[in-house]
Order: sequence, then C-alpha cells, then structure tokens
Amino acid sequence: MPAVSKGDGMRGLAVFISDIRNCKSKEAEIKRINKELANIRSKFKGDKALDGYSKKKYVCKLLFIFLLGHDIDFGHMEAVNLLSSNKYTEKQIGYLFISVLVNSNSELIRLINNAIKNDLSSRNPTFMCLALHCIANVGSREMAEAFAGEIPRILVAGDTMDSVKQSAALCLLRLYKTSPDLVLMGEWTSRVVHLLNDQHMGVVTAAISLITCLSQKNPDEFKTCVSLAVSRLSRIVSSASTDLQDYTYYFVPAPWLSCKLLRLLQCYPPPEDGAVKGRLVECLETILNKAQEPPKSKKVQHSNAKNAILFEAISLIIHYDSEPNLLVRACNQLGQFLQHRETNLRYLALESMCTLASSEFSHEAVKTHIETVINALKTERDVSVRQRAADLLYAMCDRSNAKQIVAEMLSYLETADYSIREEMVLKVAILAEKYAVDYSWYVDTILNLIRIAGDYVSEEVWYRVIQIVINRDDVQGYAAKTVFEALQAPACHENMVKVGGYILGEFGNLIAGDPRSSPLVQFNLLHSKFHLCSVPTRALLLSAYIKFINLFPETKSTIQEVLRSDSQIRNSDVELQQRAVEYLKLSSIASTDVLATVLEEMPPFPERESSILAKLKKKKGPGAVSVNELEEGKREGGELNGGGERGGDSSAISTPSPSADLLGLRAGPPVTAAAPSAGSLLVDVFSEAGSGSLASYFQFVCKNNGVLFENQLLQIGIKSEYRQNLGRMYLFYGNKTSVQFVTFTTTLNVQAKPVEPLIEGGAQVQQVINIECLTDFSDAPLLNIKFRYGGALQNLTLKLPVTINKFFQPTEMASHDFFQRWKQLSLPQQEAQKIFKANHAMDTEVLKAKLLGLGMALLENVDPNPENFVCAGVIQTKAQQVGSLLRLEPNAQAQMYRLTVRSSKDTVSKRLCELLAEQF
Amino acid sequence: MQFMLLFSRQGKLRLQKWYVPLCDKEKKKITRELVQTVLARKPKMCSFLEWRDLKIVYKRYASLYFCCAIEDQDNELITLEIIHRYVELLDKYFGSVCELDIIFNFEKAYFILDEFLLGGEAQETSKKNVLKAIEQADLLQEDAKEAETPRSVLEEIGLT
Repeated sequence: MPAVSKGDGMRGLAVFISDIRNCKSKEAEIKRINKELANIRSKFKGDKALDGYSKKKYVCKLLFIFLLGHDIDFGHMEAVNLLSSNKYTEKQIGYLFISVLVNSNSELIRLINNAIKNDLSSRNPTFMCLALHCIANVGSREMAEAFAGEIPRILVAGDTMDSVKQSAALCLLRLYKTSPDLVLMGEWTSRVVHLLNDQHMGVVTAAISLITCLSQKNPDEFKTCVSLAVSRLSRIVSSASTDLQDYTYYFVPAPWLSCKLLRLLQCYPPPEDGAVKGRLVECLETILNKAQEPPKSKKVQHSNAKNAILFEAISLIIHYDSEPNLLVRACNQLGQFLQHRETNLRYLALESMCTLASSEFSHEAVKTHIETVINALKTERDVSVRQRAADLLYAMCDRSNAKQIVAEMLSYLETADYSIREEMVLKVAILAEKYAVDYSWYVDTILNLIRIAGDYVSEEVWYRVIQIVINRDDVQGYAAKTVFEALQAPACHENMVKVGGYILGEFGNLIAGDPRSSPLVQFNLLHSKFHLCSVPTRALLLSAYIKFINLFPETKSTIQEVLRSDSQIRNSDVELQQRAVEYLKLSSIASTDVLATVLEEMPPFPERESSILAKLKKKKGPGAVSVNELEEGKREGGELNGGGERGGDSSAISTPSPSADLLGLRAGPPVTAAAPSAGSLLVDVFSEAGSGSLASYFQFVCKNNGVLFENQLLQIGIKSEYRQNLGRMYLFYGNKTSVQFVTFTTTLNVQAKPVEPLIEGGAQVQQVINIECLTDFSDAPLLNIKFRYGGALQNLTLKLPVTINKFFQPTEMASHDFFQRWKQLSLPQQEAQKIFKANHAMDTEVLKAKLLGLGMALLENVDPNPENFVCAGVIQTKAQQVGSLLRLEPNAQAQMYRLTVRSSKDTVSKRLCELLAEQF
Repeated sequence: MQFMLLFSRQGKLRLQKWYVPLCDKEKKKITRELVQTVLARKPKMCSFLEWRDLKIVYKRYASLYFCCAIEDQDNELITLEIIHRYVELLDKYFGSVCELDIIFNFEKAYFILDEFLLGGEAQETSKKNVLKAIEQADLLQEDAKEAETPRSVLEEIGLT
C-alpha cells in the first residue's frame, strides 16, 4: 500500500482497497465487499449519529465498490447530507458520489438541488465550482429546470471569479445539450459572445465550447462571434511560442483554443467583411507555413499539437471550399503526411483527403497521390489505416482512374480483412457501375467480385448486375458467354450459380449457336451445381429450366425428366415441390404460343437509384426509417422471373427496386421510364443534382412524382396531384447521412406548412403544400431549404415543379370540332411555335405517354397525318379558363419536331411551348 | 467528448467518466466492448479507430490505457494531447504517478479531471491553474482537519 500522497487520507478506505486487491479470487472479492456493505449499512442505520468524517469515508467506500462494477442501492441520503457540510472535503466527496451515482429519485433531486442552490449563492468560489461541476456531471432535466436561468447570470456577472466563469460556461453547455428548450440566452447573447475577448485564456477556452454549440443552433444570433474569433486566432497564430506562458504547450501557443476557434469558424460561411476574411486567410496561410518549418521540439506532443491545429485549419479550408490556392496547399501538405513515419498522421491524412477529393478545386490534386494510396492499401499493417486508404480510393475515383482503382480494390479483396470485405464489395460494385464505359467491363468486374468474395456479395449486388444486363441488350451475349465460362470452374460460389442461372435462362440462346455451349451443355452445366445449392437458389434454377424449355424446345424432354424425378416433384420443401409440379404441368399442357408468352424475356427494369448504394448507406448509418423501408421493400419485391412461378418467401427472387426506393415513392415507375431513354441506363448514383436542378424542374412537366433533388446529403422527392385549379404536393426530405440535420427550415415564396426542424440520420420527413392556381403564370414558386449538417450551414434554392399545364382538364373532341376551334384561334399572338431537335429517341409510345402526362387529351384520328399528335385541353385557373390546342409534328428523318400551340391567351401559348420544347 | 475510460492492461477499469447520459447497463456494455477492442490492438497501430458512430482515441502509458470517445467532427490529435495533459497533471500531483496512485486515490483522479475537463470539453488547459485549484482544495482540507479537533471536543461535551 503506497503512502497516501496528499490531502487527508482516509485510512479505512485505503485498508479496504488493499484488502480487495489482495483477494485471490472473484468469490473472495465479492465476499469481502458484501462484508463491507453489511458493515456500512449497519453504521448508517445505527443509533449513534455518524460524524462527517465517517460518513465521508463510508460514502467513499460505496463509491469505490460501485466503480468496481457492483450495484449500490443505498447511501444516497448520506451523500446528500455531506453536500450541506461546510467542510470542503466532505462536500466534495458528497458531490462526487452524486455525480457518479445519481438516480432520478425525485425526493433526492429536490434535496440535491437545494444544496446546490445554497452553494451557488454562497459567493465562495470553490463551493460554487463544486456545485457547477455537479450540475455539469449530472446534467439532468430537473437540474436544467432549476438552474438554467441562474447560470447565465453567473457566467456574465462582472464580479464572478474566472474559475467560476469557466465552470459556468461548460455547465451551461451541458444543460443546453440535454434541454435546449430550457437554456435561453436571449439578453445574455452578446455578453457571452464577448467572452471571446476575455483576458483570461482559460475563460476563452471554456466559453468557446459553449459559443460553438449555441452558434450551431442559432447561427444568426451569434454571428458576431466570427470577427472576434478571427482576431483572437490571429493574435494566437502570430504570437511567439513563449508569449502565452502556461497556455503554450510544447512550444505551440494555445493549441486547444486554436482548434476550438477554427472549429467555431466552421459553423459559418466565409466572412463577408473583406478585412476579416483577409486576416483569416493570412492565419490559415501562416498555419500552413508553420507546418513546413523545422520542429521546435522532437517530442511527439509538439508535433501533435501543431498538427492538430493544421488539420483543423484544413477542415476549415475544406468547409469554405472557395480558396483554390489553400485547397491545393492543404492537399500537398496531406500528401507529405501520407508517407510520414507516424501511423497516426498517415491515418488522418487519408481521412482528411477523402473530403478534399470531393472539392472540384482539389480533386485533381488528390488524384496525383493515387500510387501512394494504393501502396497504403497494400502495405499498411493496421486495418483501420487500410480502411481509410480504401475510402480515399473510393472518393478519388472518377472516369479517368476507375479501371485502375477497381482493379486494385479487387486484388486487395483477395486478402482483405473480414471486417471490411462487405463494404469493399459494395464499393467496388458501385464504382464499377458508376464509371462503366463498356458494360463488358462492368460484367467482368461483378463476376470477379463474386469469384473473389462471393460470401460478401449481398443480394443487392447480384440483383443489380442482372438488372443491368436485362436493360442493356448490347451486353447480354457477352454476359451469357462470361457466366457460362465462370460456371465451368469446379467450385464456384452459389451467387455465381444464381447469376448464371438467371442470365442463361434469359439469354442462353445468344450463345447456343456454339456447339461448346449448346442448350444441353448449358443445362447440364447448371444442373451439375443444383445439388450443392440452397433452396432459394434451386428455386431460381427451376425457373431457369422452364425458361430453357421455351428457349430450346430440344431440351424439353430432358428437363421434364428432371422435373418429374422424385427429388423434385416429391421434394420435402414445399416451394421446390410446387415449382416442379407447376412447371412440369405448364410445359406439358401449354401450347408453344402460350409458353412463349408466359415465359417471355424480362422487360427492362425501370430506372432507379442503385440499391447497392442504399445498402452502403445503410451500412454506414443505419437510420430507422430507411432500414424499415429496405426490409419492407424486400418483402414486397415482385418476382424477377416472369414465368408462371409462385413467389414464396424463400424464393423471393425479388426485384431489388423497391429497396432502392429510399423515399418510399411507390407510385409506380414514372412514365418516362417505360422505355429506356437514349442516355446511359445506369443512373448516375452520385450525380450532383445541384447544377441539374433546372433540368429536374423540366423533367416534372409531364409527370407528377419523382426525385426533385439529390446530392450526397439530401434527397427531395415529390408526389403531387392536381384537380381543376387546385393541387397538393407532398415533399419528402430524406436525410442520406447518418447525422442529424438540425434547424431544418424551408421557405416558399408562397405559403407552406412548416416542416419538422430536425431530420435524423437516415430518416425522412414530409411536407405538404396546397396549391391554388389563381391565374396563368410562367415563374415557378421558389423553395428555399436551409439546414445544418455537422455544423455546416446548407442552403439550397429549388424551383418547385409547378407548371401551368398541371391545371389542364383534358377535352375530347372530334376532328371537325378541333379544326374549327383551331381556326378560331387564329390571331398571331395566340399561336406559339417552336422547331427543335429531338433530345430523346423518337418513340411513338414514349411521346404519347409524355403528352398524356402533360394533362391534355390526346386526340386520335384527328390529324390527317397519322405521325402527328394533336391534343386539346382547358387550363383551369381561378380567374378564367384558357382553352388550348396543341399539335406536334415529328420528322424522324431530320430528328426534329415542330410544335404549335394555340390558346385563347397569348402568355399561355408561349409558356406551354417553352415547357414542352424541353420534353422531347 | 462523450466519455473517457482508464483501464489496465489486464482490462480492469480504473476510472470512467461519462459526458452523455447512458444507463448503467449500456455503460458496462460499451466498456466491455472497448476494453476488448483496444487491448487487442498491437503497439505500433494508430491511436484512432472508428467505433459505432464515434471515433476512439487511445494511448497507453505504462500499464494504463487512456481511451476517449469523441464525435465525428472532433479533432483526434488534440484529443490525444488532452490525454497527455491529463497524465501530466496526475504525474505532477502524485509525483511520477503510477497505476496504484490512481487506484488508492481514485477520488483525486476524478477531482483533477473535473478541473481540467467539464462536460466533455477542456475547461482549463493551463497545468499551473489546474494544479492551483486542486492544491487550494487540499489546503482547505488541511484547514478543515485542524479545525476539526477542537470542534469535536466541543461536540463531545455537548456545547454545540
């Protein structure tokens, strides 16, 4: 037992601790503790009143026992008694016990609060600090109710001691975190902000944490802190290493305060005031310069403190994302760290570069380090560092380096740690899809993925490759050939069998001409895997077999024999048995025509966000809603194989699509998706919709539901319905991250119901907007969205896709009436005409669907030229009704359209013409 | 910072400080999980790791591991130096601190921590100021002790 070093020792306590340490076994320890507990209990219950010292000693023993991991259910009262002792030492132990062991026994809380109140008003700074520490440690709502009003006063009072101010600031911070509604700064705001100017560095250090937290929630009220923070930072950064005396840490002036100042600035956009901004840029440059200076000490503490400031400065530079020069310098600095001998620095550099990679200014600079990062992925000994390297490769990947990065990630997968394999697989799958220039590369990559890490390939991944192969007819033959080859490996992963079965069932005919892969060879190859597979895979294979019967009549008898065998038709698994029975029956009684219809090739899938991405998101941040959605989506999933099969749960070869639908917009695929448009079928899952917001606005002219906006943080979905001159729009704000969005607000230049101010990570909130069309209009309502994500203010303005055509009532009319009305609207200003080039394939069905989506009646047999389309409708506004007629003349040879609109009101003709010219 | 844990190489918890409200069961679960994770790491590995949605910063001093959980936007390196400063404070107070000092004077370790960090944020980073506050408290204890003797005598003869 060491001599008790300082203060007054409690001999009994020390003896007890020694006893416990000398216990040879857990049982002996428990026995000793129970003996002590019994002793303390009897002392507390005994007739003889205990003196303060004994009480303190026993309370302290209880605390020790609790910290060993045992439950303590008494002694609280004695601890509360100690609070009102006027001996510091007893009070202190009482407070410690309360801080560690508080429970919400209301009777006690009242007593505790009473004692705290006395100490707070005692004007004894040490007592005040003890009381404040206790509030900060417990931080319960009851305490907030009792003291949230009093503490701000203590914090800003002129005569409060510095140490008390420090405690008060952080105490308030803790209460604000638990009960923000109870902590109202109001009149104190400006005095709190001015604590940044306090002479005492400790006061500034404590106060800035409070100010940062408050600024995140109420940026406008606290925005004066920016210039104060900049000047404080500037003074620290330019001071010599010894100026700040005890606040200098290993030759680095005030590292904690510097980091906190830089952190506070990240709550705001770059300062508007030129002078302030200039001063700040100067600070950032100085910090970057200092990183290049030789170290003032060899101690790791020196470099850590210095680099802590550097990393925080880089975070600020990334947050501003507006100073290309600083961004590139930051990137170069991090590049040096990538090869540093300190593992910690390499780790942080990789992490920080990930965010730099997403800035347009530094993306290219980050890419120059690709070899180093690949090397890190291969050689780092610490899995968490390798994980960061993989993240960075993923972040720096673009079209130019995708092949290299995907190849490296694939080869790393062969030896990767189990803990990160699944995530790696998802990342490879996403990159391969996103940057696929030729789809054979995509197919190769995914099949390699299954070969290398089949166990980690989730359903979403193989669903997706099938979706893409179905939708791209130019890759189907290649896919069939490749899976056929892959299946020839003696041991191949079950996921490979699934993909192989599905693809050969659909497209086996494309390779059947080669005798080496004739129908029977294909079938025998698939069937050789059958017995090693699980029930769901076997069910899928049975579906493939029936598809074979349709594709290759010559395999019919062989396959029927297989289906008829006892192991199929009498299979104990009800799903397999049912399939076998039904497929056998189908193949024997249905005519070739019926068979061909039932077993027709799968139609293309509607375009959707990749479900793999949804999966990665889910992995990164499980938000309650999205997880439910995903699971629900799986249950609801339809069948991928269009045959006469029954989709039992285990066989659910579900389309992955609903699970991709994070927003839950299940209103069926948008009409435009019915046929693939000319562009890539792969939805660019990460596309920054920010710049495309105008495009997405036009995209809603002919449809009412869909995704209006999407970036890495937020997805906004829309569902809307219109009748006469009224409409209702549902906006769904989905948080794609794992972090809360706070102070989420939307403003519309027309009225809207307020939206929930907080969106949990992964969750989604809904806002309803009621719309009434008063008169015709051209400008869209503007929707402004603001929220905080991680401290950074996000601001977004979008055009709401409310267009005049939404208020169309279709009007059916005969040819004669149409041309009569057409002639009536013959004033030159009533007509608007546009001739434009086709942007999409000139598919009649797509055009029809779009015109119907426009809201007018599509009139058949009206125009003498059957290639042309004519439509009629009346726009309903509160003020008037505007009749409109439309004629669209496609010229397939020239790939041009001529669009003519006539309306009773000139502005309407013009507007309709503008809107429609973007649609075809 | 969300919490700080001190534990020995054998996995015995020596100090725990929670800055977010959690129930005892959850605290025990977190502790168990983290102690295991950190002890399994090799000496040359980096001091940071991702754990749930938090970042763990840890460092070993002799037989003791100091382990902090910080949030996503918090600074890892400065947290590492928070740990170091706390070690320096303990060292200065106890005079080359060892694990036993912290076991036998656990209440002091808590008091020092409260002066240095409050609510999970640095309250006072000056070594001098923190130690001054603690020594002042110790002086008060000495005073109290001196005052104790005559008073208890008075108590005994029933004069209070």
